[in-house]
Amino acid sequence: MNSFFQLIARHRVLASTLFLAIFPFIMPYEALAINILIFGLFAMGFNLLFGYMGLLSFGHAAFLGIGSYVTGIAIVHYGVPWGAAILVGIIGAAIGGLIMGFLAIRTRGIYFSMVTLALGQIVYYIFYKAESLTGGENGLRGVRVDEFNILGIPVDFLNPLVKYYIILFFVVIAIWLISRILSSPLGAVMEAIRENEKRAAACGFDVARTKLLVFVLSAAICGLAGSLRALHLSIVPIDSLHYLQSGQAVMMSILGGMGTFFGPFIGAAVMLYLEDVVTTFTKHWMAVVGLVFMFFVLFFPKGIWGTILSKLQINQDSK
Amino acid sequence: MTGLSFELLCMQLLTGVALGSIYALLALGLCLIFGMLNVVNFAHGAFFMVGAFLGVYFLGITGSFWFSLVLTPLLTGGIGLVTERFLVRPLYGRGLDYPLLLTFGLSYVLIEVMRVTFGIEGLPSITPEGLGGTVNVGIGYFPKYRLFLIAATAVVILGVWFFIQKTRYGLIIKAGAADQEIVKVLGVDIAKVWLLVFGLGCAIAGLSGILASPTRSVNPEMGIPILAESFVVTVVGGMGSPVGAVVAGLLVGVVYSMTSLFFPDLAELSIFVLMAVVLLIRPQGLFGKAGAMG
Repeated sequence: MNSFFQLIARHRVLASTLFLAIFPFIMPYEALAINILIFGLFAMGFNLLFGYMGLLSFGHAAFLGIGSYVTGIAIVHYGVPWGAAILVGIIGAAIGGLIMGFLAIRTRGIYFSMVTLALGQIVYYIFYKAESLTGGENGLRGVRVDEFNILGIPVDFLNPLVKYYIILFFVVIAIWLISRILSSPLGAVMEAIRENEKRAAACGFDVARTKLLVFVLSAAICGLAGSLRALHLSIVPIDSLHYLQSGQAVMMSILGGMGTFFGPFIGAAVMLYLEDVVTTFTKHWMAVVGLVFMFFVLFFPKGIWGTILSKLQINQDSK
Repeated sequence: MTGLSFELLCMQLLTGVALGSIYALLALGLCLIFGMLNVVNFAHGAFFMVGAFLGVYFLGITGSFWFSLVLTPLLTGGIGLVTERFLVRPLYGRGLDYPLLLTFGLSYVLIEVMRVTFGIEGLPSITPEGLGGTVNVGIGYFPKYRLFLIAATAVVILGVWFFIQKTRYGLIIKAGAADQEIVKVLGVDIAKVWLLVFGLGCAIAGLSGILASPTRSVNPEMGIPILAESFVVTVVGGMGSPVGAVVAGLLVGVVYSMTSLFFPDLAELSIFVLMAVVLLIRPQGLFGKAGAMG
């Protein structure tokens, strides 16, 4: 059992790819699997900043939303092909991350959480008010991608399973990138900053620049999640920019296990699956998720995956 | 801008002060809890919302605004006491993020509880008897209730100031915020002080909820935007500074109401831009001490 977990930890990108390849067949329907894929990526991007560098941002909905809106606007208003539209979405989110990060990293600790929350609300109101471009309160409608060719092979994007695997392609690239970042020297510096910021600075690392860099990287990954979500839903709801959406990334990370590689994805899967099941019984989903979240904060702060790892006494950072 | 008279500007300023009073109260509650316990209460907006609901409910069944004005903060304060004792206290010493996360989860639960109890539509807000209508303030007619709001806020702020600066308990609170180890050594049960301060902060949040209820619609989601706005006030004023909370609260209220006069579309945005500017020029906030933001 132990060596199995170590094997997974060693080949974490391969393991997640294999698992995600069969994932839609164990889920009740494909749309849920796609949703988990997208939010798993969102939570992983967020976890890069929160779990590995210790910065609790409450403004990451901004990047999910910017990614969605920029991709959506490019397709709806400018007729940009979907591949390029994803790229513009990522770039938009990264620029947003640069501006927000520049302001936010001037603060520390809980102050950082409050500032990112408030800065995220700026983005919310900007997109809310730019009605001619974004559709305002109703959201942006008509982000349509139907059929296209890849290397001459026609692909039907409306088929949910096909859609799943196309989105999976991008998610796997992002997971590989996250894995690379974490095992690089940059990843080590990030964890050093999380453990002791002053000591990291004393060792000669540029703390402010590392924070900003990771903030932008994390924003770009969340932006990709947003872009994919726009393609998946065909609309961009204005709620995707709200700070409650940021809170969802926080909850998923905690639920699965912050600062672990698979944790956020597991958190996203558990939370969205639970939501799917619970909402068929009751409309008071918010109370259920609130209580579950409080329970984890109080009794299982390491989350599902983190608790499993610590029970097996596996070093979470094993490469 | 033809027809924009001096009187109109003054009236709008007064409206801004009335709105700012609510912000000041909310930020003061946040600031008390933060200054003492190093906890940011993410359920502060939810306590505000609960206060508004209970306030309107008690006003409805008893018919007495004054009774409701006393009872509501006692109840939200009570919920605050329970929250601190059973939910926040186990998290001390586990990192500053955990109480924040917990109160965020709590806000979800409080919202849903109010939805179940009072329905998703919320309650119709009632202007208390005797405080309806307008009164001539020299430059024009101003809603009587908003004047009352400003006065009530002033009374509460003075009360808190008196409590902290002039009483024995205030002395302990101040000492506890400065150095909890020393206070413990001197034989004060600091856990009890924390409990009371958390309760006091939540009571003030509930009070601002009932005070605000006649001026806005009372629904389960009303605390969600107000949380972000009270964070703006806290950042502008400087974390942990009660004076900063009050001054920034009024400032943010005035900025909001002035922007809504000239550029109605940008009103919500304006206060966040104000915060961004403060962060650029003075990251510790107007009244915050440099280095006190760690």
